[in-house]
Amino acid sequence: MSHLRRPAPKELQPTSFAFTPENQEKAKKIIAKYPEGRQQSAVMPLLDLAQRQTEGNWVPTVAMDYIADMLEMPAIRVYEVATFYTMYNLAPVGKNFIQVCTTTPCWLRGSADVVDTCKKELGIGVGETTEDGQFTMIEVECLGACVNAPMMQINDDYYEDLTAESTKAILDALKKGEKPKTGPQSGRKGCEPIDGPKVLKAFCGCGAAPQDADASEGDA
Amino acid sequence: MQAKGTPDMLQDKDRIFTNLYGFQDFGLKGAQSRGNWDGTKALIEKGRDWIIDEMKASGMRGRGGAGFPTGLKWSFMPKESDGRPSYLVVNADEGEPGTCKDREIMRNDPHTLVEGCLLASFAMNAHAAYIYIRGEFYHEASNLQRAIDEAYDAGLIGKNACGSGWDFDLYLHLGAGAYICGEETALIESIEGKKGQPRLKPPFPANAGLYGCPTTVNNVESIAAVPTILRRGGSWFSSFGRENNHGTKLFAISGHVEKPCTVEEAMSIPLKELIEKHCGGVRGGWDNLLAVIPGGSSVPLMPKDVCDDVLMDFDGLREVGSGLGTAAVIVMDKSTDIVYAIARLSEFYKHESCGQCTPCREGTGWMMRMMARMVRGEATLDEIDLLWDVTKQVEGHTICALGDAAAWPIQGLIRHFRPEMERRIKEYRARIAA
Repeated sequence: MSHLRRPAPKELQPTSFAFTPENQEKAKKIIAKYPEGRQQSAVMPLLDLAQRQTEGNWVPTVAMDYIADMLEMPAIRVYEVATFYTMYNLAPVGKNFIQVCTTTPCWLRGSADVVDTCKKELGIGVGETTEDGQFTMIEVECLGACVNAPMMQINDDYYEDLTAESTKAILDALKKGEKPKTGPQSGRKGCEPIDGPKVLKAFCGCGAAPQDADASEGDA
Repeated sequence: MQAKGTPDMLQDKDRIFTNLYGFQDFGLKGAQSRGNWDGTKALIEKGRDWIIDEMKASGMRGRGGAGFPTGLKWSFMPKESDGRPSYLVVNADEGEPGTCKDREIMRNDPHTLVEGCLLASFAMNAHAAYIYIRGEFYHEASNLQRAIDEAYDAGLIGKNACGSGWDFDLYLHLGAGAYICGEETALIESIEGKKGQPRLKPPFPANAGLYGCPTTVNNVESIAAVPTILRRGGSWFSSFGRENNHGTKLFAISGHVEKPCTVEEAMSIPLKELIEKHCGGVRGGWDNLLAVIPGGSSVPLMPKDVCDDVLMDFDGLREVGSGLGTAAVIVMDKSTDIVYAIARLSEFYKHESCGQCTPCREGTGWMMRMMARMVRGEATLDEIDLLWDVTKQVEGHTICALGDAAAWPIQGLIRHFRPEMERRIKEYRARIAA
């Protein structure tokens, strides 16, 4: 079990937590999505909000207590949720949180090369963080981009159709503080065949440049 | 676009997800230019029974893996409320290894799903629906939320949706990394703010689902196909595929093909045709094929001789001891360490077991550890039978299907590749003896 699945040791735990005014507003809107008296439904989105707000991209125990109070639920119910779902980091991670998919479809297409490249270029093992706090790398289960395998997720972004070379290029860019291009690194736009769509050509303006409505432009 | 001499190949005019590859605007304007939201009010005015009858006539079987007839499922919902509201819940927790089709709908054609939610909810007397999308799909959720916001702003959903007099609210709920939440009752638990552990059935969700209210859980692809099916008629949809296996379907082909891709095709297309026409064939040619997992990681693999002429539909794949599942086709050529490929899936199921049922919680770990030894051959020959026995102790002895899903890939391996497992064991033992 990864150390991210257990609450961080006491010395790392902050002693207080509160949502920023902006996140308070967001929290209100989230709670309003669910019927009256069913505010417990908001626990997952609020944990996500707390994680995004916390330096180090993790959920301290005080944040869980804060959310328990806010939703009028026992703290243990929040702990249960926070420890059950793997996207909640229970200890701090690096600024660039790298999750390499190594499940069979990605493995068939070379995910071992991606892991090895991360290890070599960052000088860390799986589950470790670089000394400068810039990178944490873990292996994860299927991220649902299998026709664009192998792939990795860094923070909110997918990087797909990876090779050892493109993985290195992405890491190099991040080390320089640049924002690498997200999505397939192979030149294709999405899940169409690498040499262009075979069907739906009339809908693809074949060879046309990607339009504004690119998935990577979104902002949830 | 059709290759000559293949009149059977699905034509673009019969494809539902025309922006599958995302070259066009996913927003409302783009969606409307592709025919979405056309005459939605008139469809609602035809009434609840008409919609359910058309869905039954379409022959649609659920696209999430189990293949239960969609129209029939809807008909289980109470026609009159007993005071409790009804809910539609859309399962967008796409996480079955190999599966990446709903992702394309949500990021490139989200309005098909939003419109489908309105129509399906109306048919089931639900004024609210929740879409449960896996948390890792951040950008997909963002596009989908934009589509929902656009639909609200245009009066297509919300109060008096499309001017139909029907009030309808649609909410997005993000998961947080738990494969088990793709199981419908675990998904409901998760929306309620709990650990995603499946519930015992009965009661079925149609009687007591989300918040104890009548609920139907449908897959993204099932719901997103609804508007087109209703516009073109159930008989149009049922004209594709064999009896009992109708419609068009998204296939995601990954692994050792020349050009992995996702494509909408007619049900019952031969596997070989699917791979050769759309993916440029198996890497190194058809004869270099070792095995295919045809429906996501949970279904047993098929060796090449089965792949030669099998049809890609529910019944065709069941007949050969596998399943259509999510139609996620994982192709493995002869360079594949087939024992490791399956062992890695055993790791997956170990990781994703929710821990509620003892046979699954303990059995997935047991299977994973035995499979790890099988990869190295570090076992005795009779342990293959022991492993088979363990899979049988898990299969059918759990609340949900995750136990079965963990057992079946190993059973497929033993059934078709036992000689390879034995070879490794003999070689290992020979090495030890030397």
